Amino acid sequence: MTHLVSLKGVTKQYKQLRALDTVDLSLDGGEVLGLFGHNGAGKTTLMKLILGVISATSGDVSVFGRDPSSKQAWHGRKSIGYLPENVSFYDQLTGLEVLTYFARLKSVPKTQAMSLLADVGLSDALHRQVKHYSKGMRQRLGLAQAFLGEPKLLLLDEPTVGLDPIATQEFYTSVDRLKNQGASVLLCSHVLPGVEQHIDRAMILARGKTVAAGTLSELRQQASLPVVIKTHGINGALAANSKLAGFMVAADQLHIPEGEKMAIIKELMSYDSLSDIQVSPANLEQIYQHFLNGGESSTNAKELAQ
Amino acid sequence: MNPIIAVGLKEFQDGLRNRWLVSITFIFSLLSIGLSYYGSVASGQLSSPSLSTTIASLSSLSVFIIPLIALLLCYDSFVGEQESGTLLLLMTYPISHAQLLLGKFVGQASIITLATVIGFGSAGALLSFTTDIGSIGPAFSLFIITSTLLGLCFISLAYLISLIVNEKSKAAGIALIVWLFFVLIFDLALLAVLVSGSEGLTQHGLVQVMMFNPADLFRLINLSTLNTSDVSGVLAVAINSGFSTSALLAAMLAWVIAPLGLALIIFRQKTL
Repeated sequence: MTHLVSLKGVTKQYKQLRALDTVDLSLDGGEVLGLFGHNGAGKTTLMKLILGVISATSGDVSVFGRDPSSKQAWHGRKSIGYLPENVSFYDQLTGLEVLTYFARLKSVPKTQAMSLLADVGLSDALHRQVKHYSKGMRQRLGLAQAFLGEPKLLLLDEPTVGLDPIATQEFYTSVDRLKNQGASVLLCSHVLPGVEQHIDRAMILARGKTVAAGTLSELRQQASLPVVIKTHGINGALAANSKLAGFMVAADQLHIPEGEKMAIIKELMSYDSLSDIQVSPANLEQIYQHFLNGGESSTNAKELAQ
Repeated sequence: MNPIIAVGLKEFQDGLRNRWLVSITFIFSLLSIGLSYYGSVASGQLSSPSLSTTIASLSSLSVFIIPLIALLLCYDSFVGEQESGTLLLLMTYPISHAQLLLGKFVGQASIITLATVIGFGSAGALLSFTTDIGSIGPAFSLFIITSTLLGLCFISLAYLISLIVNEKSKAAGIALIVWLFFVLIFDLALLAVLVSGSEGLTQHGLVQVMMFNPADLFRLINLSTLNTSDVSGVLAVAINSGFSTSALLAAMLAWVIAPLGLALIIFRQKTL
């Protein structure tokens, strides 16, 4: 079974800095992988390696079954879309001219450039120079650029920065659409809320190392973060129930391990006075916090031990 | 579309949008028409223009201005795109380093070429219609060809600078130093060597040293075709040395290709 993208034990060493340290990653067709980590964690380096702009110090990188920095991989570039972080396009040109330029380089017909600009909501600004664009409009132009040529692999570095909530929603809709067409997406983001429904798997990087990787529910289990249940209407009965009292953190709030969630909910359902119940599993933000803080404290412990 | 043409087209479009083409053409035609008709005033006499004074004064001015314009036009070609992030993006597209470099060269070289042809050509045409001086055509054609070559030399040098550094401001500084070196310092140093009467430098040796400066080559080619009485200084010595014009033109062409090749080698090794 070959993956669309696979990295095995990849290390990238810049002069002083070890940007990536034995990282493994795989991405299949139609899969969306979220890549999270602080600034300088190695997310952009990872993307550059997959794009073949830089080559790994050690380890294997393979994209579409080839080494992306080799000459053979060159034509594969047509089916890769990339949105860099902080890109500012040619200010003097109009939005349409910019996209036409990139469409020509990718051998994509100009009509597609037009329809992509309409998709990202820039049809009114086609003939305006990019220097008059707002930050959000520039970001949308960048997205249209990444979507050129219906890519099979999309690498998006901070795609939703500067987008308003509606544009963000529209962006995720287009990601979902491409995913349904069989495209794979590697999504790098700081904006955690809202990403969850759109990613299949997540990977958390810290200082070039993989701290955690897996589907969200796997990560939840690994982190053993509790499910928070809020109840209304049981006034004081929680404390009286020995099954529930152990999990209580407040008069109407319970923190329950993922595995016992259903048993506890069934128990709660037996109360007739229960008028409302709110079940919230640990969200991505909490998982992220858990792994990054946990990761750091364990490295600190190791350093102390040495 | 061939990526070289696509990049070239975009660079040309940029040049139009920035008003570079219009302003360079305007400067060149103003310069050449002005000098053609009023050049003699500078030497204290009011007479009808002579071809050799016109070409002589035009080339001594152009040798300063053309390199400066070419460097200004192109010094940020790569470092500018690197700073705005588009260079990284372009390298993820199906375009090779050589194609991007050549595409940019094609686009920006056509701006300089078009500007010299229109700018200086207009003066040549005007002169040949309004005066009865003979052989304006060949002299002006050679002048336009060498001006274009001089522009291309400095475009290549500008690319080299643009690829060596990682900051736009540094590129601008280096471009200014390169300009000063080739149009001024090089000749002053050469003159100092000559005046000090060092035995080592023969007349033939002098021209060989001048091969290391495209600006000197430009002057040499244009002035050697003229009446030498209008030329003074180091050049007068050099002109009598008998290098053929085509050999000198080939040397200028080498000055276009060599920096461009070096720029490509550096570009391929550059980490983005």
